[in-house]
Amino acid sequence: MFGELKTLLKKHIREYGMYIALVIIMLIFSFLTDGLFLSARNISNLFNQMGYIAVLAVGMTLVIVIRHIDLSVGFGSGFLGAIAAILMMQHNMPVLPTILIVFALGIIFGLINGFFISFIGLPSFVMTLAGMLIFRGGLLVATQKTGTIIISNDTFNEIGNGYIPDFFHNENIHVTTLLIGIIIILFYIYFEIKRRNNKIKYNFEVLSIPIFILKILLISSIVGYLFWILASYNGLSWTFVIVLIVTFIYHIMTTKTALGRHIYAVGGNPEAAKLSGISLNKITLFVFGSMGLLTALSGILYASRFQSATPTAGTLFELDAIAAAYVGGVSAAGGVGKVTNSIVGALVMASLINGMNLIGVGISFQYIIRGAVLIAAVVFDIKTRSKAS
Amino acid sequence: MVNATLFQVRVIFLSEYILEMKNITKEFPGVKALDNVNFKVKRGEIHCLIGENGSGKSTLMKVLSGFHKHGTYDGQIIFEGKEQKFNTIYDSEKVGIVTIYQELALIPELTVYENIFLGHEIKNKGIIDWNKTITEAEKVLKKLGYTLDTSKKVKDFGVGVQQIIEIAKALSKNVKLLILDEPTSALNETDSEKLLQIIKDLKNHGITSILISHKLNEVLEVADTITVLRDGLTITTIENNNISENVIIKHMVGREINDIYPKRDHEIGDKLFEVKNWKAFDKKNERYVVKSANFYVRRGEIVGIAGLIGAGRTELAHSIFGNPDDYKVSGELYFEGKKVQFKSPSDAIKSGIAYVSEDRKGNGLILDFDIKTNITIANLKKILKGIFVNENEEVIIAEDYRKSLKIKSHSIEQKVLNLSGGNQQKVSLAKWLFVTPKLLILDEPTRGIDVGAKHEIYSIMNELVAEGMSIIMISSELPEVLGMSDRIYVMAGGKIIGELSNKEATQEKIMAMAVEY
Repeated sequence: MFGELKTLLKKHIREYGMYIALVIIMLIFSFLTDGLFLSARNISNLFNQMGYIAVLAVGMTLVIVIRHIDLSVGFGSGFLGAIAAILMMQHNMPVLPTILIVFALGIIFGLINGFFISFIGLPSFVMTLAGMLIFRGGLLVATQKTGTIIISNDTFNEIGNGYIPDFFHNENIHVTTLLIGIIIILFYIYFEIKRRNNKIKYNFEVLSIPIFILKILLISSIVGYLFWILASYNGLSWTFVIVLIVTFIYHIMTTKTALGRHIYAVGGNPEAAKLSGISLNKITLFVFGSMGLLTALSGILYASRFQSATPTAGTLFELDAIAAAYVGGVSAAGGVGKVTNSIVGALVMASLINGMNLIGVGISFQYIIRGAVLIAAVVFDIKTRSKAS
Repeated sequence: MVNATLFQVRVIFLSEYILEMKNITKEFPGVKALDNVNFKVKRGEIHCLIGENGSGKSTLMKVLSGFHKHGTYDGQIIFEGKEQKFNTIYDSEKVGIVTIYQELALIPELTVYENIFLGHEIKNKGIIDWNKTITEAEKVLKKLGYTLDTSKKVKDFGVGVQQIIEIAKALSKNVKLLILDEPTSALNETDSEKLLQIIKDLKNHGITSILISHKLNEVLEVADTITVLRDGLTITTIENNNISENVIIKHMVGREINDIYPKRDHEIGDKLFEVKNWKAFDKKNERYVVKSANFYVRRGEIVGIAGLIGAGRTELAHSIFGNPDDYKVSGELYFEGKKVQFKSPSDAIKSGIAYVSEDRKGNGLILDFDIKTNITIANLKKILKGIFVNENEEVIIAEDYRKSLKIKSHSIEQKVLNLSGGNQQKVSLAKWLFVTPKLLILDEPTRGIDVGAKHEIYSIMNELVAEGMSIIMISSELPEVLGMSDRIYVMAGGKIIGELSNKEATQEKIMAMAVEY
């Protein structure tokens, strides 16, 4: 059993490496802060802090997979947040139509990026750099008269700060959150077993029973512990739920649908994809359109969390999202990268910031340390990749 | 260049062999690529190394060049009487072992002289002496019988000349042992002839060559000695006098292949596909690549398109297959009697046409994907359940093709990157068979693959036409065109200039048409 565990670890060191790094980072900060880092309040906080970067990282993963980059998402997010604020505060628009309009604008901006990159053939770096400048200008124009726009709409602000309601009204524990956690674990176990049986049916290699059970126990207990912590505080935050849903949809889309296959095919070998009847233009449009939608979502999450639209909102979000995707193991050479791993990448970076804030590391050193971690993560990725092949 | 007289003096002191590789064993995770291989090369000879794909030729040469560094393999390399422990390719080049790879290592955007001295620039106190560089470059080329404008960029020359530039580059490094990996696989007959002549000339200058090639006729033409590898073992080393191709083939595949082009016997039907007055303008290079093409193919027929490299055959296929981004086209296409227009490859695929690219790695396969995802990528909708890919069915389909096409792999989840050329070609074929085409366009279907796999691919082609499929085969290998086609079109200078039936066609007639233009 230990032999299998060892070869398993060796074979999948790349996949597991990031999780191991995450655990180590969490343990170190927990130790340095006397347990404060892993407290219910802080964990809950951590997820809310990373939300607007996490959704960007999901979209950015696909952009990088098809060998492009999107630099416009940072100020795009800031600009769209400001639009939301203006619509609600200066035009008295209700929350739902505001969100829908901002989503639609996000998609349109993304499609414009995609159009110039695919049909006209502009390098994505140039196109989205221009987009970044334009959005930055737009954001300044939008906030010129008023300066920071304070958002005083409680429903809207709930998105970035609120928690899901508990239908059971228990004093000590958020029962709904616990139930959701249990359901997720049950689903996870069900699908793992189904997948294993399928593999056995086709005589593929599978984990031995003890290792398989060990894996399920390990992951279930981590998920269980996480939900337990959140339940013992305020329960699941809306931000957490939104990130979870986005990740789930994108995970399914990339791994189970023809569209997902086509995206990875275009990234893996655009010429071969083209000759296979896949339209590069359509895929590029879709990926940038989706990036635009997620940019809008990110803008809403950020504006809602800080209950305002500021002239500097969105600064460097694009680089945080790109860093999260690279820490999560996407390859600039195209065709490689998982959405779920990018989320973990975002979590690693967010944990670093959160932990360093708790122990009082100055902002200047925070940047230096984050840069070093980014290099370390990608070096690890490259080294383990060449070993695997 | 090795000075001839100096060379003769040294012969007296050194052994007969310039290179001895003793008991080389190299293992990769899960496979023993080389198993106690012994390989000896005599001073000043042309030694051909042959074997099927995956037999270990390339690995052996990579061990020799230091690509696989000392310590990652077992055994000894003795070069010029001294044991060598190369850690990098640079180490082996320092003692005079230079490899020219199948994929040329030239920088297209640099000039000829810059390329020739790339990596070992002629410097004076750290500053490149361009005048001397240019003179030396011209001197080296002259030795090969070529006078080129060395200030032109490499991309302005054809593959044949580029190959010469590669050799010039090797000569400028004071090469003693030149390794050529499939040097003629991308060349037409005339350029191949020239290249082989140059290798023979180098021999007279005292340069030893190791030639890896799948083309047995050229092996027999130039080799002094032939070593055959099979499954990572040295099968035999023989002197090249009066041995026949069949003997070599037997050593290579371990069995006799009596007729490399299997016979077929079936009815040919009515016209399936016809191309009239076809012209294609290459938007990138801004010139007509197809100037005039009229041809047709009937049901159950194999039509060969022969011609020299650069005759516009691949461009003809690409432009027909629907590539408005790259080509502006005019002319008419008729499929099953109806006029059709293909605005994109997916239109062509929907009509029932499949195009198996000549460039497996470049635009045929997605190397990072596994076998099964490569097979289904061109027709995913066939296995969709709602919006989801039915992965169970995908497995069944891929397993089917793996068995019927005899794709050698440890599972259908193996990455295509790690397959040998022949097996990659089969995956490529499986991918296009999965779209169940009525017309299959095969572009150089057997380039760079070995005799055994070739034979298998020919047999598959025969089975397909027997089922009523039509095949257009573009090929630069005349024996293959003659052996497999019912009818042959000859293309030259962007035009289809002639049509020959299987009975009247000979190599001479085709070549005469192809070069006459």
